[in-house]
Amino acid sequence: MRLSELKKGASAVVREVEDAHAADPIARRLRELGFVGGEPVRVVASGPVGGDPLLVQIGYTRFALRRAEAARVLVDGGVA
Amino acid sequence: MNALVESPRIALVGNPNSGKTALFNRLTGSQQKVANYAGVTVERKEGRFVAPSGRTLRLLDLPGAYSLDAASPDEAITRDICEGRYPGEPAPDLIVCVADATNLRLHLRFVLEVKRLGRPMVLALNMMDAARKRGIRIDVAALSDALGVPVVETIAVQRGGAAALVEHLDRSVAAVATAPSLPDSGDAAVEADLHAQVRAALAAAVTMPRATSTVDDALDRIVLHPIGGLAILAAVMFLIFQAVFSWAAPLQDAVGAGVGAAGAWIGGLLESMPLLHSLVTDGIFAGLGTVLEFLPQILILFLFILMLEESGYLPRAAFLLDRLMFKAGLTGRSFIPLLSSFACAIPGIMATRSIQDPRDRLTTILVAPLMTCSARLPVYTLLIGAFIPRQTVLGLFNLQGVVLFTLYFAGIVSALAVAWVIKRLRRDRSEHALLMELPSYRLPNPRDVAIGLWERAKIFLRRVTGIILALTVLLWFLSSFPAPPEGATLPPIDYSLAGRIGRWMEHVFAPIGFNWQICIALIPGLAAREVAVSSLATVYAMSAVGEDAIAAELGTAIAAQWSLATALSLLAWYVFAPQCMSTLAVIRRETNSWRNVGVAAGYLFALAYLASFVTYQIARALT
Repeated sequence: MRLSELKKGASAVVREVEDAHAADPIARRLRELGFVGGEPVRVVASGPVGGDPLLVQIGYTRFALRRAEAARVLVDGGVA
Repeated sequence: MNALVESPRIALVGNPNSGKTALFNRLTGSQQKVANYAGVTVERKEGRFVAPSGRTLRLLDLPGAYSLDAASPDEAITRDICEGRYPGEPAPDLIVCVADATNLRLHLRFVLEVKRLGRPMVLALNMMDAARKRGIRIDVAALSDALGVPVVETIAVQRGGAAALVEHLDRSVAAVATAPSLPDSGDAAVEADLHAQVRAALAAAVTMPRATSTVDDALDRIVLHPIGGLAILAAVMFLIFQAVFSWAAPLQDAVGAGVGAAGAWIGGLLESMPLLHSLVTDGIFAGLGTVLEFLPQILILFLFILMLEESGYLPRAAFLLDRLMFKAGLTGRSFIPLLSSFACAIPGIMATRSIQDPRDRLTTILVAPLMTCSARLPVYTLLIGAFIPRQTVLGLFNLQGVVLFTLYFAGIVSALAVAWVIKRLRRDRSEHALLMELPSYRLPNPRDVAIGLWERAKIFLRRVTGIILALTVLLWFLSSFPAPPEGATLPPIDYSLAGRIGRWMEHVFAPIGFNWQICIALIPGLAAREVAVSSLATVYAMSAVGEDAIAAELGTAIAAQWSLATALSLLAWYVFAPQCMSTLAVIRRETNSWRNVGVAAGYLFALAYLASFVTYQIARALT
């Protein structure tokens, strides 16, 4: 499952971040920000128009991710 | 000077939102020098302070970075300076890495990355007060052991909150040692390794009762609510508008009166030299007055932006608006620069520095002049008052108000349209990332806000006064020479260079309904848009004294001489009004490119001409 498919308020655990294309700088930055295997994540809120962007809690930090960015993050154990 | 060059150089690095700048302010106070790195528009902040030993230490505040694997021009500078590869910036003798004690999971990764550079460093655990309040316990000795770097606690917003750090720096710069260098970060294995080290260090030294602050959770539930959040955002915007346009008015009048009085006094001294008198009063003081009169508005605007920035609300506003702005080819981060541009495009364009993606930043800069700045209001007021009847439409709206609203709205719509077109034309279609951290809410620290306000005001004044002064003097020259011949009947400006240029321009502007008087007024309007009103007054040889009287008299004159089509055409022209030299000069400074100035001036001129042409021709056909 992908982070972008998680419902608001749902939690999951990161499996990995997938490169959308070779040497994907966004995927790389996501890993640097802490989206690595085993980290718990939670979707805290979503934007007012079309539920985009998502507000994602990882570690002690909250990040706003557009859905296309969140789709790079594969997660386990979440509820869609 | 020599002693200063030899004093030890310390670099302050850290994640964005680590309180790095507050710590820099705490250490250096007002001993700061803000400039740009050569050739780029990334801010370079340097300060110095005297340690208890009497040693002077130089402190460089590097741009905030999430990683040394740079994703933006700011991060590239931080990386290059830390690695000692930046031309003209010797490698720092010591690196202070700042981390927010409440956000260590994220910040320690960067600390470990900096450690891999193998340079002498110390970790400043900042915001220890907030950490204690949230029940976070950190065993500093254990953390230092786990990371392998010295650790000191700091509270940047508290007097004496950096004393331990100062003492540590004082001791360590005396004994600078170098550690062996380790392989570069980047690939997935190294990344996993860094995160594993962070987890191990946290497990060894930190106990955290819960991952988030309850205050943040509660506030975000309200502020980011799909409906409530947008309502709060609208209220905040309304408050800022109210402050900028009505609270500033008495201050502006006072500044205007002060500059006017000073000009009259100096003018009185120069009575015997008419040419110098005219240069000083009509050129220098008139120009200076227009700039300084905007200063109260701009300071109030900056004050609000700084407080919103410090409190952590700005990224929330960007979060709420990102989707809408993204569709138009912008980003949520464009919101504040564009909002500021309603007061004046210059602070708006300066505020685009907070947009990391260079493409998003350029688009925002290019469309910022389309937001109706307050300098256009005098022109709108004059024309609407003279040509639009004061009647009620649909039973409750004032027609004059509706026209004014339409003009503002036309600016916003065209900004979104232009941004959309830029997005289509761009060759580089790679994804623009949002990836924006929403930091913890914080009460703005008055000292940091005051320092920020002072810095921005200084930059604004330095940039604008020079340009405006030079231009007003040039335009004064154009409108004063050559002097009218003996027995001249027309106003002096007719015989001047500006008058001749105006007559020549009439050929170009006739299809959009501008007569030569308007063309002449457009020339001084280059320096500042609202000057067009006083220029029209000069051209029509108004004898009244005082701004309101001139406007009233001028309104009657143009209502009698212009057609409605001409007036509407001029209103449409001012929606795009490309002729603000200070804006173009700021675009040059902020993008470091004359090409972008050409693009901005060119497209604004083309749109203004097109809009006026369509307006004029349709209005003429209908009336």
